[in-house]
Amino acid sequence: MAWGRSRPVEGLRAYRLIAGMWIRSTLTYRASFALTVCGNLLLSGLDFVAILLMFAQVDALGGWTLPEVALLYGLSVTAFGIAQLAFGSVASLGGRVRDGSFDTLLVRPVPVLAQVAADRFALRRLGRGVQGSVVLGWALVAVDVDWGVVKVLLVPVTVVCGAVIFGSLFVAGGAFQFLAQDASEVQNAFTYGGTTLLQYPPTVFGRDLVRGVTFVLPLAFANWVPAAYLLGRPYPLGLPEGAAFAAPLVAVVCAAAAGAVWRAGLRSYRSTGS
Amino acid sequence: MADAFIELVDVEKVFEVRRKTGFLRRERRSVRAVDSLSFTVARGEMVGYIGPNGAGKSTTIKMLTGILTPSGGRLRVAGIDPSRERTRLAHRMGVVLGQRTTLWWDLPLIDSYRLMHRMYRIPDARYRENLDRLVELLGLADLLDVPVRQLSLGQRMRGDIAAALLHDPEVLYLDEPTIGLDVMSKARVREFLRQLNAERATTVLLTTHDLQDIEQLCSRVMVIDRGRLVYDGALAGLHEVGESERTLVVDLERELPPIEAPAPARVVRVEGPRQWLAFPASESAAGLVARIAAEYPLVDLSVREPDIEAVIARMLDTPADTPDSPPDPAGHTVR
Ligand SMILES: Nc1ncnc2c1ncn2[C@@H]1O[C@H](COP(=O)(O)OP(=O)(O)OP(=O)(O)O)[C@@H](O)[C@H]1O
Ligand SMILES: [Mg+2]
Repeated sequence: MAWGRSRPVEGLRAYRLIAGMWIRSTLTYRASFALTVCGNLLLSGLDFVAILLMFAQVDALGGWTLPEVALLYGLSVTAFGIAQLAFGSVASLGGRVRDGSFDTLLVRPVPVLAQVAADRFALRRLGRGVQGSVVLGWALVAVDVDWGVVKVLLVPVTVVCGAVIFGSLFVAGGAFQFLAQDASEVQNAFTYGGTTLLQYPPTVFGRDLVRGVTFVLPLAFANWVPAAYLLGRPYPLGLPEGAAFAAPLVAVVCAAAAGAVWRAGLRSYRSTGS
Repeated sequence: MADAFIELVDVEKVFEVRRKTGFLRRERRSVRAVDSLSFTVARGEMVGYIGPNGAGKSTTIKMLTGILTPSGGRLRVAGIDPSRERTRLAHRMGVVLGQRTTLWWDLPLIDSYRLMHRMYRIPDARYRENLDRLVELLGLADLLDVPVRQLSLGQRMRGDIAAALLHDPEVLYLDEPTIGLDVMSKARVREFLRQLNAERATTVLLTTHDLQDIEQLCSRVMVIDRGRLVYDGALAGLHEVGESERTLVVDLERELPPIEAPAPARVVRVEGPRQWLAFPASESAAGLVARIAAEYPLVDLSVREPDIEAVIARMLDTPADTPDSPPDPAGHTVR
C-alpha cells in the first residue's frame, strides 16, 4: 500500500512504469522507431539552419556572434527538449477531458499528473534534446570565454533549471485545458513560441517583450541571463549581478506555481454526462 | 446495518451548466443530478442500482469512486472519503465503466495487466493466480496479445472486468457492464459476477438498464429517479409496487380465437397464430404454460421480461416513454 510514501516518489515510480511500457512497445518496431528519431532530429535542426543562413548574410545578430547565438540556441533547445520529453504529453490533456476518458485516470492508485505526463511517452522526442545538446557542445567550444569552475558548473545548472521552467509551462498549460479544452494552441504558443524566442539575443527584441519574458514568464533565466554572465555581456534590463544564479530559485517558484495551477485545474474537473 | 461498508448521508451533486440562450447571452443553471441521497451497503452485498436515463446513477458511481466531489452531504467507503483520499481508496476498489475502457487502448491486453500488476503493487504470486483465474473464467486466453482497440465490445468488457479485479478489490462498481453485449456474453458476465460475489464476498454495486441482470444477480435493488432514491428493497417488491407484467408469447399451430387463460393472465394481442399474454411478473410462468400446453396445439413459446423502464415508470406513475425527455424544471432548482 502507498501509505507513508510521499506523492512525488509515488509519482516518479508510476511515471517510470508507464513510460517504460510505452518505450517497450515502441521499440518492438525498431526500424520505424529509428526512422522517426532521425526524422525528428532533421526537422528540429531546421531552425538552427535558419540561424546559420542568417549569419551567412550578417556577422552579428543584435551584437551577438554566431557561437554566442548558438550558445543561446543550445541552452534553450536542450532544456526545452528535456521538458518536452518528460511533459510533452500533458498537452493532449484537453481531448481526454472533453471525451471524459480522463475519468479512468482518477480511479487508479497513482498521481494523475504522472499518468498524464507519461501517457504515450515518446522516446522519439529525444531528437530535440540531442540536437540541442550537439549545438550547445559546439557553442561551448567555439565561444570566447574564460572558463572557471563557477562558469563550468553554471552550464548544467542552467540546462536543468531551464528544463524545469519549460516543464512548468507544459504542466500549467495542460492544467488550463481543464477549463478550456481546446487550449492546446495557446499552450503551444507559450512553449514552442518561448523556445524559439530564446534562440535569439534579447537585444533584437523590444523592451516590453523582454520584460514579459523575464518577470511574467521567467524564461529569460533559462538562457539569456546565464548566457550573458558566461559571455560577460550586459544583462537584459540591467538586472543585478547575481541574477545569473537566481535560476534555481526561479525554477522552484515556477514548479510550485505550476503545481498549484495543476491542482486547481484538477479540482475543477467535473467529468462528462455520459 | 451492522457493517456499513458504503455509507451516504444526504449526498448531493449539483452541476453548474452554462447554456447559450441567444446571441452572446448565456444562462447559468444548476442541474441537481443527485439530491439528498442516503443509503448504506453492507460488506458482501450485491446491489442493483437502476433508474431512467439521467437519473443520476453514473454521477453516484463517480462520487463513490472519487472521480467527482459531492456538492454536499457525507460519503464514506470503507471509512474513507473517496474524493479526498482517491489514490488510497483505489487500492481497495475495482471500477468498470461500461462506456469507456480503463485499459490502454493501443497496447495488447496483457500489457495493461502487467502495468496494473506493478501499479497496484500486487504480489507476484497473487497476480499470477488472479490472472490465471480471471483469464479462464472470462475466456480471455486468446485475446491477451490483441491490442485493446481491436477487441469487440464484449471482449473488451470482459477484459475490463478482469483488469478491475486483479488486485482483489473489496468493492466492485460496474456502470452498465452488460451494455451492448450479446446474450452469450451477458450470461458469461453475470455468471462470473455471481461467483465473484458468492466465493470472494466482494461487495458489488452495478447499474444497468437490463432487468435480467438484476433478476439473476441482485437480491437488493435501489431505484433512483431525478437524483432521489425512490425504492430500496427486494426485486419482487419492486414488481409489486410497479405492478409489472411479463409477457408470454405463444405460437399456436393455427389461427385460433384468444386463449382463455386463468386470471389475472389475459391475452393482450393476437396476430395470426401468435398470441401475447400478460401476467404478473411476480408469478411463475410454469403453471400458465402447462395449462396452455394441455389445452392448445402449441408450437413454440417464449417469455418476455418487463422492460425495466416500464416497471419504474409505472412505479413512478409516469408514462413509460418519457425517460429520454429532459427531466422537468422542478428537478433543476436554481440555488
Ligand atoms: N459532467 C456533467 N456536467 C453537467 N451535467 C451533468 C454531468 N454529468 C451528469 N450531468 C447531468 O446529471 C444528470 C444525471 O446524469 P447521470 O449520468 O448520472 O445519469 P445516469 O443515471 O447515469 O443516466 P444513464 O442511464 O443515461 O446513464 C443528468 O441530467 C445529466 O445531464
Ligand atoms: Mg450512466
